[in-house]
Amino acid sequence: MIALGPYCISRKAAFWLVILAASILLGQYGKDLAAALDAKWLIKFPRELTFPIKDDISRFMAWLVEDAGFGLFSFVDLTRGIAWLIEVPYAFMRGLLIDGLVFGVGNEAVQILPPLSWVAVITVVVAIGRWAGSWILAGFVGACFLYLAAFGEWESAMITLASILIAVPFGVAGGLGLGVAGFKWRWLDRILTPILDLMQTVPVFAYLVPILFLFGFGPVSALVATVIYAMPPMVRVTTLALRAVPAEIDEFSRMTGCTERQRLWRVLIPTALPGLMVGVNQVIMLSLNMVIIASMIGAGGLGYDVLTSLRRLDIGGGLESGVAIVVLAIALDRLSQAMVSRASPAHSEDSRSFLKRHPWLTTCVVVIVGTGLLGLIAPAVQNYPEAAQITTGKIWEDLVGWLNVNFFDQIEAVKTFALIHFMVPVKRLLLELPWPWVLFILTLAGWQLGGLRLACLCFALTAFILSNGLWAKAMITVYLCGVSVVIACLIGIPLGILSAQNDRANRVVQAGIDTLQTLPSFVYLIPVVMLFRVGDFSAMIAVILYALAPAVRYASHGIRSIPPELLEAGIVSGCTRRQLLTRIKLPLAMPEIMLGINQTIMLALSMLVITALVGTRDLGQEVYIALTKADTGRGVVAGLSVAFIAIIADRLISAGAVRARKRLGLN
Amino acid sequence: MNRSRLLGTAFAVVASIGLATAAQAEVESKDPIKLTLHDWTGQLVTTKIMGSVLQNAGYNVEYVQADYIAQFAGLKTGDLHVAMEMWETTGREAMDEATGTGKVENLGETGMLAVEEWWYPSYMKELCPGLPNWEALNDCAEVFSTPETAPMGRYLGAPVTWGGFDDERVEALELDYEVVHAGTDAALFAELESAYQRKAPILLWVYAPHWAQIKYEGEWIEFPEYTAECYNDPSWGSNEDMAYDCGKPRGPIWKVAWAGVKDKWPGAHAAIKNFTISNDEMAGMIAQIDLEGRDLDAVVADWVKANEATWKGWIGQ
Repeated sequence: MIALGPYCISRKAAFWLVILAASILLGQYGKDLAAALDAKWLIKFPRELTFPIKDDISRFMAWLVEDAGFGLFSFVDLTRGIAWLIEVPYAFMRGLLIDGLVFGVGNEAVQILPPLSWVAVITVVVAIGRWAGSWILAGFVGACFLYLAAFGEWESAMITLASILIAVPFGVAGGLGLGVAGFKWRWLDRILTPILDLMQTVPVFAYLVPILFLFGFGPVSALVATVIYAMPPMVRVTTLALRAVPAEIDEFSRMTGCTERQRLWRVLIPTALPGLMVGVNQVIMLSLNMVIIASMIGAGGLGYDVLTSLRRLDIGGGLESGVAIVVLAIALDRLSQAMVSRASPAHSEDSRSFLKRHPWLTTCVVVIVGTGLLGLIAPAVQNYPEAAQITTGKIWEDLVGWLNVNFFDQIEAVKTFALIHFMVPVKRLLLELPWPWVLFILTLAGWQLGGLRLACLCFALTAFILSNGLWAKAMITVYLCGVSVVIACLIGIPLGILSAQNDRANRVVQAGIDTLQTLPSFVYLIPVVMLFRVGDFSAMIAVILYALAPAVRYASHGIRSIPPELLEAGIVSGCTRRQLLTRIKLPLAMPEIMLGINQTIMLALSMLVITALVGTRDLGQEVYIALTKADTGRGVVAGLSVAFIAIIADRLISAGAVRARKRLGLN
Repeated sequence: MNRSRLLGTAFAVVASIGLATAAQAEVESKDPIKLTLHDWTGQLVTTKIMGSVLQNAGYNVEYVQADYIAQFAGLKTGDLHVAMEMWETTGREAMDEATGTGKVENLGETGMLAVEEWWYPSYMKELCPGLPNWEALNDCAEVFSTPETAPMGRYLGAPVTWGGFDDERVEALELDYEVVHAGTDAALFAELESAYQRKAPILLWVYAPHWAQIKYEGEWIEFPEYTAECYNDPSWGSNEDMAYDCGKPRGPIWKVAWAGVKDKWPGAHAAIKNFTISNDEMAGMIAQIDLEGRDLDAVVADWVKANEATWKGWIGQ
């Protein structure tokens, strides 16, 4: 075993240090070098060599929308058919929660039955909470929904809930189907993996326009986008969970003579259920992450409230709607978790009457019918009375105003320091780095860490960005993402280490990062702009806040999962606490920490598209411009470039983590 | 009370069915006319007023949330029918492209005039007495500068997607300013709010009709007046070699519709063509909603009540 100490520099590390130094020198003097050699093409990729494919993509899209067909029906008929399939259950859900049973269309519609009253909805969720878990859970979920009513977010929240209740089953079913197929047929799994990578890394804005063309305007397109965004983890988790089913159980199913179908549905899936539920949880969370973006193309609901409040600079209103999204996410998450851990009912003969066997169902039906009727007399039962609504809006506005008036100079000083001494030099360095050098380094890194295949992948993906003429924007993306990730790691990894060693700190930190991840970033983007002005610094703060979570989580998890024997060995051999941390815990947790950094990079890249809303000049802005100009090709190419940066970073770091694991003898 | 309410509901149902059949005789089609909603208050007000008027004329109306530019795809196919605000200043290009296909029709001006220009809060006049004349800008570049841009002044421009040629303008008029683009108008006005609270220097892009004119006191910069030659002909204006040495165009806000509206709902088509409203009326309503926090639908209902004579004229009653 090689020495664990981080102070020992191997030959390989020395080699990479030399490369790094050379890069810094080239970045500093690249421009002079290019001038001296009279080779401007070193810095700026020559336009003649680019062959942009964005127009081809736009043309392909136009063909798909206007001409493509399968003989009997056109491609658009097919997508509109799918849209209809989604629309029907969505309309039903909306009817149940918001519109009531209506007859007719447009403003001629007549309401025949009212929607579920707020009392009824709260009763139902409390009942589900009690049935799936405990009274504590029931009370908690009830309080979450009461928040929605009390803060006047009820109607918007129900619109959002309706779309989540549709998007999640579609995402779960689709993910389960693809995952099972990938489990059965290896070749399909191999095709699916890169597609899933793209689904997770291409920014949503990039495919919103094609979706609008194909699925029409309105909530259905928003639902389709949500499903595409939220499904990939379900596919991956399904395949993994099925593979992890112990071989003995599988063999047992064969011995007892199960058919293929029985084997899958009666044996494999029930055994893999806890793993599958992790996927369901991810689908719920990601669907709620999409709420803001979905509202930009017509989903309405809480996301729309956040956007419009912030356009009015109503910070408090935006925050309340944003917190409503968090509350909804937490409630749904806890409910879904509880449903899994619920012990399956014993199969006993129950001679009691139906009503007694299903007390919760009965209660719900009674309350729904009761409040429906009561609502006709007392409107307060149907709709939460406006007079009882509360708001904290003004407080938040005053707080930001107070910070702004009293502390602006100090904030400005910090910001100027960071900009001049850190951000601007990095940006200049990256922009002046000759592109052939970057291409060379990435390919070399790929070859060193993962062999020929990884080297080819790195080369091809970098060449794609170059040949589409997006080099400068890609470098700004790398810069903004890079500085944010460095700072996020500097904050996040120590926090993770702290929370791994101290339970109380752990609870506080976990609650904090959970909120940061589900609170729509737009909510804090506007106050950040007020305090830090439009520009890279505001964007960086927003990215750090969003991307902090995985750095904390993985560092904490890495340290917690170190085998206790190794720690004991350290203590026995007389390590101090400090040595225990630096010589044993950190090196052993390093592979996990690297995965955390990897995830931080992924989240930072996905956030860059949002920061385009406060004015950055990177690929995120390119995607955003394409969206507002409805330019399919431009959006897709820029989106793919973002995805490729993510994939290069992901593959290199994962390969590095695998090597580190091997070296440490973990597996 | 129970009974009276139930009776009331029943009556309402019967009445609305009755009304529906009465209206059936008048209008050409009961299919809903789909009006698009975007994400700024003024547009919502314009659209809801038009929608209410059409409803009063007996048409069936549906509101659909859609993106400002992306909606043209829907307007071409007839998925969407009417878009009430298409700004000369930001939407012209997309509108011309769409009307060029013959599938989308321009239904004329809304009567509102879009103004987009450089703007500063009134308190800046003390620090820079030469304003609003644009020639004073260079003397005050230092005043408007920030650590990142110094010694150049900082001008906060609109999102790049809005166009506006500000980078070219700065070059053509030889202004010592750096153009920083905000990503959305929420970010734009967040900076204005922040600076206004501290009475700090700020120079930015503002557009009208918008609530900012009502909430903040300030003025437009007076550039040489826009003409078409200024944008097309480099020799025009103070800079012999460059175009854009003048202010921004002020233009109408247009109404556009799917070309099929004319045949399917001729009456509604005429009513939409007749729709006009003034900047002041609109600014008043926007202020009520965004600054006083009144409900949008209530404000629209008030307008409809107070201006019955006006809109009756649009629908030919």
